[in-house]
Amino acid sequence: MLDNSPFFRQPASVTSVMLRVLVALIPGTAIYVWFFGAAVLVQIAIASITALAAEAAVLRLRGRPVWMFLTDGSALVTAWLIALTFPPIAPWWLVVLGTLIAIVVAKHLYGGLGQNPFNPAMVAFCVMIVAYPQLMSQWPAVGFTDFHAQMTAIFGARHLDAVVMATPLDALRTALHTPEAHATVAGVLGSNATFGNIGGKGWEWIAVGYLVGGLWLIQQRIITWHMPAAFLATLALIAGAACLAAPERFAGPQFHLLTGGAMIGAFFIVTDPVSGATTPRGKLIFAAGVALITWIIRVFGAYPDGIAFATLLMNMCVPLIDMHTQPPVFGYKGDKGGTS
Amino acid sequence: MSRRLFSFHGGVKPAYHKAPSILQPIQAAPLPAEFVIPLHQSIGGIPRPTVTVGERVRKGQMVGAPDGNVTSAVHASTSGLVKAMEMRRMPHTSGLSALCVILEPDGRDEWIDHAPVPWREMSPNAVRDILRDSGVVGLGGAVFPSYLKVNPGKRGHLDTLVINGAECEPFITCDDMQMRERPEGVVRGAGILRDLTQAARVLVGIEDNKPEAIAAMKAAIERTGEERLEVVAVPTRYPAGGAKQLIRVLTGIEVPHGKRSTDYGVQCFNTGTAHAIHDALELGRPMISRIVTVAGNVERPGNFEVRFGTPMRELVALCGPKPDTDRLIMGGPMMGFRMPGDEVPVVKATNCVLVGSPAMFPPPPPEMPCIRCGECVKACPADLTPFEMYWFSRAKLFGKAQEYHLFDCIECGCCAYVCPSRIPLVDYYRFAKSEIWAREQEKAAADQARDYYEFRLAREEREKQEKAAKLAAKAAETKAKLAGQATADGAAAAEDAHKALIASAMGKAKTQQDAVRPRNTDSLTPEQQAQVAEAEARRTANTEAKSDA
Repeated sequence: MLDNSPFFRQPASVTSVMLRVLVALIPGTAIYVWFFGAAVLVQIAIASITALAAEAAVLRLRGRPVWMFLTDGSALVTAWLIALTFPPIAPWWLVVLGTLIAIVVAKHLYGGLGQNPFNPAMVAFCVMIVAYPQLMSQWPAVGFTDFHAQMTAIFGARHLDAVVMATPLDALRTALHTPEAHATVAGVLGSNATFGNIGGKGWEWIAVGYLVGGLWLIQQRIITWHMPAAFLATLALIAGAACLAAPERFAGPQFHLLTGGAMIGAFFIVTDPVSGATTPRGKLIFAAGVALITWIIRVFGAYPDGIAFATLLMNMCVPLIDMHTQPPVFGYKGDKGGTS
Repeated sequence: MSRRLFSFHGGVKPAYHKAPSILQPIQAAPLPAEFVIPLHQSIGGIPRPTVTVGERVRKGQMVGAPDGNVTSAVHASTSGLVKAMEMRRMPHTSGLSALCVILEPDGRDEWIDHAPVPWREMSPNAVRDILRDSGVVGLGGAVFPSYLKVNPGKRGHLDTLVINGAECEPFITCDDMQMRERPEGVVRGAGILRDLTQAARVLVGIEDNKPEAIAAMKAAIERTGEERLEVVAVPTRYPAGGAKQLIRVLTGIEVPHGKRSTDYGVQCFNTGTAHAIHDALELGRPMISRIVTVAGNVERPGNFEVRFGTPMRELVALCGPKPDTDRLIMGGPMMGFRMPGDEVPVVKATNCVLVGSPAMFPPPPPEMPCIRCGECVKACPADLTPFEMYWFSRAKLFGKAQEYHLFDCIECGCCAYVCPSRIPLVDYYRFAKSEIWAREQEKAAADQARDYYEFRLAREEREKQEKAAKLAAKAAETKAKLAGQATADGAAAAEDAHKALIASAMGKAKTQQDAVRPRNTDSLTPEQQAQVAEAEARRTANTEAKSDA
């Protein structure tokens, strides 16, 4: 091994970065559990065990040091994000399959930690929602926290039709698109139990939880402000403009920001360093792009939320974005110089 | 005094570990049993030895004379006997050897005759020659010959002369101690530099974790009455002592890679260099010693006035190295180099001998893959994107690495210091840089070889043609002669035929030559082309003269 300067280093590790991301997920997760029941925790456990097992198996197959990579925490972060974005009452095999796709296909087939061009959790989400659209869009009704019933839904053969509801985003779009009803946004939001004061019932508080955790991540210098700010600002701007132009057809910015995966997306998904842009300007462009595509899918598409597809689409643009947004280096700031 | 300071991007705040080595005053290191004085102690050409084995020399006598445009003299560290001139291991990681003067002290420590230099009455060039012959080089670590920098630049004057007392590397305190104990020399040296470079003002930048040095320097400015000289406390952040970073902090000017700072009206000297310039001009003493910090895994860390050529082992022995010592590092922990052994000499570049042990500098945990977290980007004081350079260097895409400004990297180590994946990033950059240099050299050598080869082919071809032309001419002449003998009145006609034959042969030769020539001269430099054209012209003239004769 080379033994060159610097001879000492800051005590930092990939593990500590990943662990802090997990800690930052706790507030949002806790509120999620409060509104949707302990099934969320069961899903986190299923996803985590699957992720670690898959990671260990693939590392072994690839002849890589198992313990070093197993303890880096990255598989756990992926597992948590899958558990938090999949429906809490999704059957166990759906989560297991999704996690396997994330770890084996999206991560290790591309070369493992640091090499994946796509966000593994979002690959899992996209594959599963295309394969099982119905199972992936059914959330329990807010406040339905009967643990036994939830366990039946996850591990049982039969599905819980009675307590299943669409997500607020889904509900709003379906209502607006029903041809016979002359539904307006205000009308739909006011009439349906799915919706809370601003966004979806319960969802708005979960969003606040992710916001708190995300701000802590910025304070910890794990992520920079660029991506969350650009994502949320762009989403708010587009939603606001559309809402101003046609208030009866488009929900306002507050609805979009506090519903669905907007907050977890802004702070925990688009900010994935491996698959995202890395330059300051690149981060702004990347996150704004994700927000734009998200809004389009939410409003005009057929899926409950658009963040997963939007993230993958923007992941593809990352090399291009990074290449063209390299900041000027020392001594060249006055000129237009830099990379050609 | 509130001067507006600027900030540089990035940087890190490592643990400084400076306190232990400032407890004792600077001590003079004793004479070793023998000095190993390398002839090559600065950037540039290797000095010519001026002494012979068996010769008695006096302290300060030149043992290596400057040779070439960028070079600096080397002197005897004490009086004594030149025992040998031989290859010895250099204080360099590679362990390469270089020619050294081995000097055995006689214990008398006799100076050569020396006297203050009347530099104010001398021409700038004469002063520069004295600095070159006094062996003054940058003591901040780069050991660039100072006489080349004592220059007001194209504009004829400097706006700002920066004196660098930032000393941002952990463990190192030699500049700090010098400023505390010998501030007058530094201040007077700065004054000399101010006058030599026609600087409008001098800013002495010192990191604000050295309040004693700042106070001492301010007091010395008062005492000496030097004008247009100001001490500025700069925020403590590694690498504030990088010349470019300090210039940026003090003036806001960013000197790009490969540009002369004098073009921007600034120049930067280390405080130790200022002191050495003072010694060289005001005392007439060549540079034979410097202050060296010994720190780390020793019982009594401290600073020493060490003569060049003192084996590091003897210097470290003064401080009581602890039993688990396993390495010596020249310089600090961020940018220093591990020494190949402890017998290597202290040289002009040795600001610190850092004694290390496995406990002090444990091997880093295994390297993980880069997760593009961007910590290195945040830490880079040159505003680079270190992880991109890492990917390209690792993939041996050296062209891309250069596009991402590999050569603007100052190898300060900040990126590797913060990397959560513990990637030895700087090693990758050093590797890429040396590969690129090696390839450029190889390419230059190959180009030259090809040029030589093609030139030789062309010459051989040409000689063949010439021979053929000559033979043809001769044949024609003989024929014509025969014809002339046959018919006397056909003489004029034969003369014409003779000429026509020669002309046609020449023409044929020339077309063939032309067909060959472009291929040969394509890749030549303009000078070479000119030479070829000249030779061509000469030869044509000769042939014509011959055929005319």
